[in-house]
Parts: sequence; C-alpha cells; structure tokens
Amino acid sequence: MTVLRLPPFDLIAPRTVAEAADALAHHGPSARLIAGGTDVLPNLKRGLAAPDVLVSLAGVESLRGIRPAADPRPSANGLRGPTRPPSTGAPEGITIGAATRLNRLMADPAVCQSFPVIREAVSQIATPTLRRMGTVGGNLCLDTRCTYYNRPALWREGAGDCMKHEGDVCRVAPGGERCWATLSADLPPVLVALDAVVRLTSARGDRVLALGDLYRDDGLTHLTLAPDEILAEVWVPVWGSRAAFLKLRPRCAVDFASLGVAVAVDVADGICRRARIVLGAVASHPLRVPAAEAALCDRAPDATAIRAAADAAYDAARPMDNADQPPAYRRQMVRVMVARALRAALGQPPSTR
Amino acid sequence: MSTPLAVIGQRLPKIDAWSKVTGTARYADDLPLAGALCGRLLRSPHAHARILGIDTTAAASLPGVAAVITGRDLPIPYGILPISQDEHGLAPDKARFVGDPVAAVAASDDATAERALALIRVDYEPLPAYLTVEGTLGDVAEPIHALRRPGNIHKAVALAFGDVSAGLAAADLVQSDHFFYAGNTHAALELHAVVAVSDPAGHLTLWSSTQTPHYVQRALARALDLPASRIRVVAPALGGGFGGKTETLPHEVAAAKLALITGRPVKIRLTREEVFYSHRGRHPMHIALTTGVKRDGTITAMHLSTVLDGGAYASYGVASMYYSGALQTVTYRVPAYRFDGARVYTNKPPCGPKRGHGTPQPRFALEVQLDKIAETLAMDPAELRLRNLVNEHSVTVNHLRITSCGLRGCIERVVEASGFSNKHRRLPAGRGVGLACSSYLCGAGLPIYWNGLPHSTVHVHADRTGTVIVQCGATDIGQGSDSMLAYVTAEVLGLDPADVRLVTADTALAAVDLGSYSSRVTFMAGNAAMQAAERLRDLVLGAVAATTGLDHAHLALRGGRVVRTDHAGDVMPWAEAVAVTEARGTPASASGTYAPPPLAGPYKGAGVGPSPAYSYSACVVEVDVDDETGQVRPAEVWLAHDGGRALNPTLFEGQIEGGVYMGLGEALMEEQRFRGALHTGPSLLDYKTPMSVDMPVIHPIIVERIDPEGPFGAKEVGQGPLLPVPPALANAVYDAVGVRIDEVPITPDKVLRALRQRARGGAPRFGPKGHPPITYPVVVSVDPPAGAPGT
Ligand SMILES: Cc1cc2nc3c(=O)[nH]c(=O)nc-3n(C[C@H](O)[C@H](O)[C@H](O)COP(=O)(O)OP(=O)(O)OC[C@H]3O[C@@H](n4cnc5c(N)ncnc54)[C@H](O)[C@@H]3O)c2cc1C
Ligand code: SF4
Repeated sequence: MTVLRLPPFDLIAPRTVAEAADALAHHGPSARLIAGGTDVLPNLKRGLAAPDVLVSLAGVESLRGIRPAADPRPSANGLRGPTRPPSTGAPEGITIGAATRLNRLMADPAVCQSFPVIREAVSQIATPTLRRMGTVGGNLCLDTRCTYYNRPALWREGAGDCMKHEGDVCRVAPGGERCWATLSADLPPVLVALDAVVRLTSARGDRVLALGDLYRDDGLTHLTLAPDEILAEVWVPVWGSRAAFLKLRPRCAVDFASLGVAVAVDVADGICRRARIVLGAVASHPLRVPAAEAALCDRAPDATAIRAAADAAYDAARPMDNADQPPAYRRQMVRVMVARALRAALGQPPSTR
Repeated sequence: MSTPLAVIGQRLPKIDAWSKVTGTARYADDLPLAGALCGRLLRSPHAHARILGIDTTAAASLPGVAAVITGRDLPIPYGILPISQDEHGLAPDKARFVGDPVAAVAASDDATAERALALIRVDYEPLPAYLTVEGTLGDVAEPIHALRRPGNIHKAVALAFGDVSAGLAAADLVQSDHFFYAGNTHAALELHAVVAVSDPAGHLTLWSSTQTPHYVQRALARALDLPASRIRVVAPALGGGFGGKTETLPHEVAAAKLALITGRPVKIRLTREEVFYSHRGRHPMHIALTTGVKRDGTITAMHLSTVLDGGAYASYGVASMYYSGALQTVTYRVPAYRFDGARVYTNKPPCGPKRGHGTPQPRFALEVQLDKIAETLAMDPAELRLRNLVNEHSVTVNHLRITSCGLRGCIERVVEASGFSNKHRRLPAGRGVGLACSSYLCGAGLPIYWNGLPHSTVHVHADRTGTVIVQCGATDIGQGSDSMLAYVTAEVLGLDPADVRLVTADTALAAVDLGSYSSRVTFMAGNAAMQAAERLRDLVLGAVAATTGLDHAHLALRGGRVVRTDHAGDVMPWAEAVAVTEARGTPASASGTYAPPPLAGPYKGAGVGPSPAYSYSACVVEVDVDDETGQVRPAEVWLAHDGGRALNPTLFEGQIEGGVYMGLGEALMEEQRFRGALHTGPSLLDYKTPMSVDMPVIHPIIVERIDPEGPFGAKEVGQGPLLPVPPALANAVYDAVGVRIDEVPITPDKVLRALRQRARGGAPRFGPKGHPPITYPVVVSVDPPAGAPGT
C-alpha cells in the first residue's frame, strides 16, 4: 500500500527527562517532541510541519506509570474544593506520567476504581491500536484540528493555505483575525473537570499549574507550554466527586469528538457544592462554562437546575464549521448532552421524558 | 441431475483462503520488480481550467528522473463505453476536476518522483466551475465537454411503456415524492496499483488491480495505438473493487506509456486521497417518483424521473443513467411505466458503477414510497408487496424477461424471522422496523461494446497425472469467483476442488471473460465452465467406454474415479481415464462458452436492463432512534436473498453480510461530499464507513429458487443484497419516530430537523422539495410486449 512519505528528520532518543529537556533547549524551535507519534506523524506526512529534529519520549522510563501522590503544588490549600475528604493519611490523588500509554491508563486498577470517568473517556479515544501507541501527554498536548488543516497537500493546494499553515486568512471565518481550530482531544475536558494539575519541566526548571491554565482559546498556539518545555506528569485529585463524560461523533469508534462533554459534581446533603462543566471540540481550548456551573451550585441539582445549566452551556458554545457534523447540530447537542452528562453523574435516569 | 451434489452447496473454504489469511497472496503492489521506476501523477488543483502550457524541463533534468509525460503524449481519447470516449490518460487541454491528472513522471524512487512533480510548471487559465446539477442546466459559458446538446447535459432520455396517464387516472391513490440519494464511493481496502513492463520484443504487460483485464487491454490498445495482441493485462490478487476498478483508469494508461518510453518497469500506486479522486462511485441522484395504486394496493402506473450528477467524465454514465430506470419493473407488476432520465457533467471526480450500479437510488425511492402508500391504504407493507409481485416466467412492460423469482419466499422468511408483523407500528416510541425488497441483474444481457461473441469462455485441460487446469479470464476480486470455477468444474468431473488448478484474470493465458461487474461471473463464467467440464467429462467417458467396451451411458465420474451407474462397480481412477483418452490421440481438453439469449427489446436504450435472470431480496431492519439527538442505531437486520442455488452457502451468506454492511453505510453515513469543488475529506478518517462497533446483528437467510438457466440453478448474490437495506432503514426510522427522511445518508442532524419541524407543526419530513428544473427530451412511446402486465 502506498503510505504517505515522512519528510527527513533527525531523531534523538534520550533516556532521561533531563536529556530530553537539554535536547529541546539545544535545538530550539526546530525540534519537536514525539511521544506515541499518532498525531505528530500524520501531520508530518501531510506536510503540516517539518521539524529538523524529533525528540522522542519513548525511551524515557521515568515519564511512564501511575502512582498515588500528594498535591504537587507547594501551597495548594486555597485551590482545594470545600468537600475534600478529611485527610485519612490516604494519598490525595494519583499522578500519571506523561508518557503513559492510553491503554495502560485504561487498564490501571486505581484509575478504574477512583476515576471511572477517565476510563470511560480513554476507551472512546481513537482505536485499540492507536491507544497502544498514544500517550497521555500526547493527548493533552494534541494539536488543534480543522477540516481545512488536517488535509493532504494537494487538497490544501486546491483550497489555499490558511493562517495555521503558511497562509494569512482563516477559511472557516474568513473575516476574522484568529484561528478557530478545535481542541478535539478527549482527556483535556475530563481532566480539567477533575481539577487536574500538571508539572512542566525544562532545562530552566519546573512549573506546576492547573491543567486549565495549560490552554488558551487560540487555534494557532493553544498551549501555554514554552517550546523547550516538556509536560512531565499530571496529578488528579481524588474528590469523591461524581463525574461523567459523553462524546458525540459520527461513528462509535475512531472518530474525534465533534462535541465532548465532561462534568464533575459534588453533592452533599442534597445540595450541589461544586460543579465543573467543560466542553471539548467546540473551541480551541477545553471550554469551561462557569455560568452553567453556577446554575447548578448551592442548590438541589434537580431537573430545573440541570436545564438551566444545559441552557447556559448552549449559550456559551459556538462551534464552527471545521469538524465532523454540522455546527448547528453540534450546538444543539450541547444542551442535550450536558443535561445527559449531569443526569449520568448524579445517578439520574438518562432522559426526563 | 439425480445424483446428489458433492461439492456444490457445501460449506467449503475458499480456495485462496490460506493465501489470504497467511499473507502470501500477492497484490499488485506486492510484486517485486528489480529496477522498477516509481511513477507519480501530477493532479490539477483547479476544478475547471484550461491548460495553456506545461513546462517539464526542470523536472526532466532532475537526476533520477527517467521520463516526464503530459497529455500531449497521450492524444487518443478512450472510454469504457463506445458512445462516450471522453478521457485521456492525462488531460491534454483542460483539467476538469480537482485531482484530474495532467502530467506523470517516472523516477528512480518515490522521493525523486515527488520532487520532480513539484518542478513541473503548469500554466492554468481557471474557468467557471459547474458543481451542482442546477448550475449545469441552461446556458453555460464553458461546457465541460464539447457536446452536441446545450449546457452540460451528458445524456437524456424519456421513454413511455403503455398508457401512464390512463393508469394514473384509474388509480384510487396517486403518491408523488421527491428523493435525493447522495453519492458515495467504494472504499475498497486495497488501493489501486499497477506495474507496467514493456520488452524490446514489443510486448507490454500490466499487472493491475482491476476487475476487468479484458477492457483494460482494449482501452490500452486504443489509447496507445498498439495491437491488442501485444498487450497482456493480469489482475493479481485484489483487495476489493465494488465497481471502482471496472474500467481503464488514467494511472494505468500513464504507467503503460512511461514503461514504453523508458523501457523499464514502472509502478504507480495511488494514495488513498488519489483513490477518492479516481472514484467512479455511486452517482448522486435526484429522483421524482409518482405511483398510482388501486384501493387494494394494485399498482396501475409509475412515472420515474432521475437526474444523475455525473462528475467530470463519462465512465459508465450512460449505462448508469439507463439503469436508474430500467429495473423498476422487475420486482412488482407495473402495467404502465414512464422513465425520464438525465446525466449531467459537473467539475467533480467522475461517478460510475458501484455495487448495484444505478439502481439503489431509484430502489430507495420506490420502497420508501410503497411504505407511504401502505400506510395510507392501512395495509401491511409486506402484504402490499406480495399483492404486486411479478410472475415467474413473465415479461415486463419495458421488455425485460423474468425467469425464476423467489421474492415471495424472501418476504415470508424475513417477516417471520424478524417478527415484523408483531413489531410494525407496535414497538415503543424510538424503536421501529422497516421492510423493503429489491431485485438485481445476473450479468448484463448485452456486452458493453457491441458484438455477437461469447461473454465468457472457459478452457479445461486434463493430463495423465490427473491434473485439471481451468483457464478463464474471470477476475476474483475477493468475491470468490475462482472458488466458484473450481467448485463447478470439480462437481462435474467428480473431483475435489483442490484437484483443479486455475489460470484466471490474465488476458494472455486465459480465454476472454468480460470481467467482474454487473454480477455476471457466476452466471456466465459458471455456465461456460460447466459446459467445458461436461464436454471434457463426455470426452473422457467416451474414451473409457471405447477402450473398455462398457456402455458410455452407464459411466459417471465420482469421487475421483470412473464408476458404473448400472450396477456397483469401479472402473478406473480419473488419472487413468485421462491417460486412456490421451492414448487415443485426443488431448483431454474441452472448451465452453456462454452468451445470453437475445433479450433486448425493440427500442433505443433497451440494451440496459436485460439479464438472463434476476435475483431477489427482502430485508427487515430494526432500529433505535434517539429523538433528542437524532441518532439512528440499527439493532438487527434480517435479509433473505434468492440468488438461485447457493453454490457455497458460506460465501453466499458472506456476500449478504457485505451487502448489508455497505447498504447501512450508504443509508447512515457514507457520502462523497464536496465543499465547493473540494472533496470534504479524502481519507478514511473523514469519509465515514461503519466501524465494526457500528454494525448490528445480521441474519442472512438463503432462499434458493433454482433458476433454469443458471449453473446448477445459481443466480447472483454479490450486489442484490445491498439494495433493500437503505429503504428498509428509512422505513424503520419512520416506524420508530414518525418522520420521513426521503434522502440518504440519514444523518442525525436530518432526523432532528424533521423532528423539530414536526414539533413546530410542519411536515414530519426531511428531503428535497422539488426536482431540478431539467427539460427531458420528447418522450418516445414503446409498445409493451404481448403478455406484459396491463396487456
Ligand atoms: C485515526 C485517529 C483517530 C484519533 N482519534 C482520537 C480520539 O478519538 N480522541 C483523541 O483524544 N485523540 C484521537 N487521536 C489522536 C491521538 O491518537 C491521541 O490523542 C493520542 O493520545 C496522542 O498521543 P501521542 O503520544 O501519540 O501523541 P504524539 O503524536 O506523540 O504527540 C502529539 C503532540 O503532543 C506533543 N507532546 C507529546 N508528548 C508531550 C509531552 N510529554 N510534553 C509536551 N508535548 C508533548 C507532541 O510534540 C505533539 O505536538 C486520533 C488519532 C488518529 C490518527
Ligand atoms: S480555523 Fe481557520 S485558520 Fe484555523 S485551521 Fe481552520 S481554516 Fe485555518
């Protein structure tokens, strides 16, 4: 079979994070990290990028694995939620190494037990083969996608280039100044909803930040990661919250989300104390909807509250015509799927009808 | 035949099963060729543009480049149908769609070939592009092809059989609808590949992933101006075709030309993107259908109008257009029928034949419309169909001869197996069942280029070792035609299929067979093989009789031996019998041929539709429809198919499953869609075909209505089972949520729009509101044949 050809590049295969960080520092912007390669390599084959050097994380053992761990933030008290379980000496969360393969994450007993929602989301990523290669870090740092961008070279010659690749206009919203390519990865909305924290490392040192702060709503540079930084690990706190993830897409496998909905809620004494409602694949970053969260909090999460939250999410979502399925449909589905996800998280029957 | 069948009807493995599962089967791209050059095509990024000039100097002087050619090197047009020869290996004057090849290079390796492509300078003058049917009608500034007709209308026809107005006037109910069936593509797993070799003695050989080596040989002879006898075309193992490889394609012509110029082997492999541009898939079709029925459901008349969006070249398009009307009459008795059809050119990849060729679209319209009629008449949809069934051994109003028909059995079996009668209009909201039927050809009654020759010829040779060799040009594209030839021969000669060696799909080493298309191979090559094997059997038994003094009439071949049928007795092993034959100075060889009986009716266009037999199917689909998301999930599918005798029930069921799979894909998601002139996503991630997890449980049901003319009574099963699936699904969606989706694919957004429209008090329907404003030619009235319904 004809496979598309890769452009030439040098491959650096460090054994440690420090070596990897040094390689990035040394080669500057001409270098690119590669983990599982399931996103990098297709993009290279289509001529969307041509780095001189690929720095592989495949041999960096320390970036792999899942273990119980405490909050990595030096002083994180102010950030913690009100219903955090009183300390029992048990670990406060788990840390997932960035180079952990998705199929490992799915099969990990601690993850399955404490975070069934992570398992649920990962099981819907791509296909079993791609999950064997794809990593958590690659998923969290996945390039944004657009139906004018993730296309073969001849196709793009016919369409004309756009801002995201050597052009100066946006084909989706031609009048505008920005790129609307979507973040369609499935883990970002889920882990943002779970208040995950990431540790970034570089030759200059480490940074720890809330996962939500890794992203910005800009299809061109959707990550706040510096070019020399490596996402080392992600820490997910155990809240005892209830969470759900729903994914809309044309087929039950392979396809990227045309809408992802991740919700997490803490309910105590019939009152919702904390809620996270995060949308995937409708913006260039995981779109948290504070108005929807507010509609649910400090009251009973009943049908009225759920409807108000779903309406608020609908108002906030502005999908563009650059993914599978028509944007108007995807927007309508925000309301339906936010309500369904909330009902699922709250243990209510899927439909009120 | 009174003796029980030993091979036919058994669940035997395919004869090439081992090579496929162990990976030893060689596909065109696997052929190892020392010193082969890599060929690549340069394709137009414009939908419609005049080629003012092509500068190949820089590319040609790149080290490693052996040749660069353009349309100038291939000036002779060709095409699969003699009436529409409008293609060139490389476009000489105009590019007509994004992806149209305009130049080709042969280089030492892929990377050099790619670099060379980038160095070719093409001077284009962009022209107005015609992308929709509406846009091609009326005055057009720059017709896509120079035609005698105005605008971009490739071909149009209007035919009337019997008095349609009187039929509609006599009806108690006249139902009129508009439908749209989106175009879709074959998406065969194997990408097209070709290797061309020319030798100094003047022979050109192509190994190509093609379904029709004979037609490739013919077109190459024309396009390259070479004697056909010097061209050999071989189809190695194929990874599926479904119609996408049934004619000569530009990369085949270019590879041959490059091999002739360079004197070196040239291999061209298309990428998945290029295969989407090569296309030749299902035509998008606009359909208007009017049917009149009596209160008891009897059809009185039918009027069908179609417009096919053909894309940039003719391909099989004229046949596709005729097929869109021809087979509407072979399922139900239609006493008066009018068909208006037209195909237009647009600046998109050319459409052509895909499984069901031209007929799934009007079939969708007919079966959905019958569902609506049944509801209005408060009649069971199965009952409505049973009342209108064609008669066996009858003739239709448009002169098609029907032989065997097992549709009644098919309907009864699916209704019973699915519990349709207890479910229809009775399931809880959101769950529904739908029924549809169909019929299909067993090979075209007339050849593509006019001639009176056999459609298939088979030579069978045996020698003193007992070896049997079957030579036939038939091409196994994965469907199992090689196995079929082995089973038929082995059955007649009383051997094990493993005793039979095959030489197939090779224009130099095997006799002419027209190819794997229109479900013709089992019927035609099967009959030719049966005749050849019977002649060899008679030859060998005659020799044995003459030598032993036994009565020929009491000799038979069974279990690898010559046996006596008058009383128990074993005469000699097969190998010895062949030796006895050879000893008498006669080679143990025989040939058989098949040509259909004369079937065409007395009118222009009558060549499309006749077939020596028709297969029949009935299908029930059960679905879940989510009324909040519009998502449709098929839960279970029952499909009963009358394909005559099931030569191998396992392969028969496999074809049913494949047809259901493809039918569900077309019904739910597949679409060759364009944004302007650009394919929306020429990759298998973007072009949606069902994944295994999207598939429901399938219940294949074999209905064997033995056909008097088929080999061992066999008909076809390769294409027919796809046809009833899309309408059965649409009818099931209606049963589940009460909205009509008169258009495929039935995507969630369309279902939701229909549901919302209904909630707002509008029509519970999604679909086209009218027919493209096309003027069909003056209608030609044809007298129905004596004995047709209504006469
Ligand atoms: C057919 C197909 C279907 C897919 N479907 C889905 C889907 O349904 N859902 C989904 O979420 N994804 C999907 N993917 C995308 C992809 O397979 C997964 O997201 C996967 O997790 C990516 O991980 P990777 O290790 O292969 O990434 P890579 O390709 O190795 O890297 C992706 C990006 O992340 C960067 N990167 C990788 N690791 C790090 C790190 N530690 N620190 C900083 N940057 C890093 C790379 O430089 C690159 O820019 C699909 C891909 C394909 C080809
Ligand atoms: S959103 Fe606009 S700029 Fe961004 S990739 Fe798509 S077309 Fe290009």
